[in-house]
Amino acid sequence: MADFEPRIVAFVCNWCTYAGADLTGTSRIKYASNVRIVRFPCTGRIDYMLLIEAFNEGADGIIVSGCHPNDCHYTSGNFHARRRWIMFRSLCDFMGIDIRRIKFSWVSAAEGAKWADIVNKTVTEIRALGPYDEYKKVAKTPEKEVIHG
Amino acid sequence: MDDLRKRAKELLEASAVKVVIGYENGTENKTRAIFVEKPEDTGKLIFDSRCIMNLASYLTKHEVKNKGKMAVTATLPVMRAIIQLASEFQVNDSNLLVLGITPESKLIEFKDLAEVESFVHKYQIEIDVRNKEMLDKIDKMPASERWNFWIKELAPCFKCYACRAACPMCYCHRCTVDFNQPQWIPVPSHELGNLEWHIMRAVHLAGRCVDCDACYNACPLAIPLNLLTKRMLIDAKEHFGGYQPAIKAEHLMSTYKPDDKENFIL
Repeated sequence: MADFEPRIVAFVCNWCTYAGADLTGTSRIKYASNVRIVRFPCTGRIDYMLLIEAFNEGADGIIVSGCHPNDCHYTSGNFHARRRWIMFRSLCDFMGIDIRRIKFSWVSAAEGAKWADIVNKTVTEIRALGPYDEYKKVAKTPEKEVIHG
Repeated sequence: MDDLRKRAKELLEASAVKVVIGYENGTENKTRAIFVEKPEDTGKLIFDSRCIMNLASYLTKHEVKNKGKMAVTATLPVMRAIIQLASEFQVNDSNLLVLGITPESKLIEFKDLAEVESFVHKYQIEIDVRNKEMLDKIDKMPASERWNFWIKELAPCFKCYACRAACPMCYCHRCTVDFNQPQWIPVPSHELGNLEWHIMRAVHLAGRCVDCDACYNACPLAIPLNLLTKRMLIDAKEHFGGYQPAIKAEHLMSTYKPDDKENFIL
């Protein structure tokens, strides 16, 4: 348990958080390397099924991040996303999925430091929570092997 | 009941509608759907407390739709479903006539869907006491207990999709579970696939479910899957001011307000 390193998947929008994470790098801010970033055109494109899929594939935590309200490149993608997150997060909570493991945030292209901070905080928190064994036990399916050929 | 038969007969004789969708006696003291196309068959139509199936689920099936103008026996939940379907451009005045049945079991006929809408709006969607208690009970459990509860409840599900077939809102020609490239949801009766299927179903019905319980009544294993959609209904009320089907309304999940409130985004 002591040497547990959580695997975090981050679903981010291309225009704000991805650029923000890039700024973190170019500003030489060091942050936890546990995060794998998946780039999307917009938070509105991030289907909730993808979040479930990340847990299936062994993620211990998830970060979903995009442009601040009113800053969306497509004007309203993040507003739509926000409505979905509210409903989806509540359903996950109701079904007993550990919502402490799903972090939502707004990170703009200028907030490189905020991105580093969010990743570090998430990693620390998930490290304390331990691996998501509850879900992993359920996600072990023989048919999954077949799907990936 | 006689009113219903008489009116159905008149409509068919006058060729005002081509088919009347209603209930008839089935086997084992159950009722089933009947599609009456000849005036002499209208005697088979019945209506009583056993008629709980949501007939609105037939209105989007092309086998029924292609017959021509439809008339449907509609209780309050069915009328709600019809209004929601109308807002999604699935039914309209030219292909549907509603033979309403009031909560007092009186026949009421509507000139058009706008009248159905104003009738429906007289009644709020209310979650019954028994289900409310159950929802509260689950809410009070610690997260891990909730997880175990749902894994156990969903375990017998073998994804027969009766819930999908019975639901008037599940009319997509191709459902996500039917896709296998990529296969979003594992097909076998397995904890993971079951969990994913029920999450997906609930989210797709968020802000559209009219709380008719057709899914629960259709489930051969009596899985309380309607609790999930009921929970979505409560959330819609809490966060977005509530849900009431309306012909011109925007679907709760395809609209937004710039000042939607949440407390979890960092």
